[in-house]
Amino acid sequence: MRTGIIATSLGQVGGTIFFILGGVLLLEVLLWGVGRVFRMKNMLLYMLLAPGIVGLILLVVYPLVFELALAFSNMSLRTFKHPTFGIKEGIDNFVRVFTRPVLKQTYFFPIFFRTVLWTVIQVSAHVTLGLGLAILLNRPMFLKNIYKAFLILPWAIPDIISGLAWRGEFHYEYGVFNIILTRLGADPIPWKSDPLWNFIAMNITNIWLGVPFMMVISLGGLQSISKEYYEAAQIDGATSAQKLWYVTLPLLKPILTPAVILGVIWTFNNFNVPYFINQNELESSDLLVTALFRAAFEYNQYGFAAAFAFVVFLVLLFFSLWYIRITGGLKGVKE
Amino acid sequence: MKRSMKRITIGGDPLWFRVFTHAVLIVACVIALFPILRIVSVSLRPGDRLLSTSLRIIPEGATLENYYNVLFKKDFFLWLWNSLVVSVTTAFIGLMLASTAAYGFSRWNFPGKKAGLVFLLATQMIPASMMMIPLYILAARLGFINTYRGLVLAYSVGSIPFSVWILKGYYDSISASLEEAAMIDGATRMQTFYRIILPLSLPGLSIAFLFNFMSAWKDFLLARIMLQKDFLFTWPLGLQQLQGQFRTSWGMFAAASIMVAIPVVALFLYTSRYLISGLTLGSVKGD
Repeated sequence: MRTGIIATSLGQVGGTIFFILGGVLLLEVLLWGVGRVFRMKNMLLYMLLAPGIVGLILLVVYPLVFELALAFSNMSLRTFKHPTFGIKEGIDNFVRVFTRPVLKQTYFFPIFFRTVLWTVIQVSAHVTLGLGLAILLNRPMFLKNIYKAFLILPWAIPDIISGLAWRGEFHYEYGVFNIILTRLGADPIPWKSDPLWNFIAMNITNIWLGVPFMMVISLGGLQSISKEYYEAAQIDGATSAQKLWYVTLPLLKPILTPAVILGVIWTFNNFNVPYFINQNELESSDLLVTALFRAAFEYNQYGFAAAFAFVVFLVLLFFSLWYIRITGGLKGVKE
Repeated sequence: MKRSMKRITIGGDPLWFRVFTHAVLIVACVIALFPILRIVSVSLRPGDRLLSTSLRIIPEGATLENYYNVLFKKDFFLWLWNSLVVSVTTAFIGLMLASTAAYGFSRWNFPGKKAGLVFLLATQMIPASMMMIPLYILAARLGFINTYRGLVLAYSVGSIPFSVWILKGYYDSISASLEEAAMIDGATRMQTFYRIILPLSLPGLSIAFLFNFMSAWKDFLLARIMLQKDFLFTWPLGLQQLQGQFRTSWGMFAAASIMVAIPVVALFLYTSRYLISGLTLGSVKGD
């Protein structure tokens, strides 16, 4: 029976590969033919880009358009089969995002500000701690590789595992924090039932998870900085702090800027940690993404959730464009 | 004069600084390791002592029964196999689609290039839970529910944006004069791509492969809505199921977590030197 199942999965995957390769081949032949017939220049470029673009249109753009249509519908559990679409429903949904509670109690703006606070705390902690560790590691020293290996571990462990494990550590009675607190004679902390402590628990977990990535990125950046800059600074009599501020940080900027943009986006959209840690589903420690998920899949407000999702998406889009503009983070791209 | 010469030499940090460095790094390592050791600890506890206020890493009466139970009384191998098949396929297809597209972005200037790259970045801003409803409905219409087709397609296409960014940076760092020389010798564009660019960007390709593999390997949300039959479950669904009956399976959950994490950690440690160069090389050269 087991071998049957294994054969089935292999067959399915094989069929998928065949289907995709066939599709790509067909597309390429088609484009090549078009290029031949119309004597187009640059056809090779389009042939190179086409498979990826077609894939993204089918699996990203189309669902997004679908989602936008949903935002202009009243689809919910009751109207799942026959939703009505229209401007009126759309306006209703978007107005509701800002004027009525997202789930039961909490309004959009408190959740939004909590999410911004979460993102600011997380990204600044990841960057400062990651960069700090990288600076300490970026020198010849005893045990360097052992340190690096240990410090990368939280990143290497799949986050569903670490998320669920950390959730266990915030248990009122059997979690490590409360065990230590009670042994020290303090009162245990209600990590899971108090909104503020729940938020703090989420932050602790995610800082643990996120520092290694920034450390690896910073370390790579530091290793690429030529020693000559430091020697020159040394001759000019710069102190260590001055070297950090005037040499290291400016030279790291091209690496840290994209990492920070991605970090902000990933943190803002982080689902697993806030969802797993917030086990009691406290609305008062929900972030935008978990509220969104619950509006869609627990309250079945598909139309409203779609509108809500678009608001979240637009916030991130405008932030990123603004950040890219002020930092010139995509200079390498513009050339 | 003598003193300043001495200070320039590498590794000349004062003693207090070296002690400080090691102290900070040791503390950081302990913080990084501790939760993992706790999982190990839970996995070794005998069935009657799963909930305990002891802080010992090796518990009293340590036993491997949780490992035995999860390996032989649950479909652990099946979950791993399913995940492996899906993730490897995804990683290959995603890499194939992204490597050529990245080459286009790296070597040509065309109208819409910048917009294209910004679009790729913008796809990263879409909350994962936002795509779930449309993807589910799409998959249901195509009959992809309870098959790996939908999963493999969605994962591999979803991995394109990040791979293109990484690979484009990597290709950018390879000098165009290498290709020009080859083309003077009569090679076509595609030949230079396969014979010169791809082999030279092997570290970048392996990073992209690793990322594609990992994102499919770790995914929970999409697998959750696409797969409803037990025998199709990937390991995150299996583990979640163990956690569903929290009281009885906490030990098995920990044991399974350790066994899933070990190969991943090994892979990460093995590739960590590539990770560093692969992630940053492009942005360093592109300034």
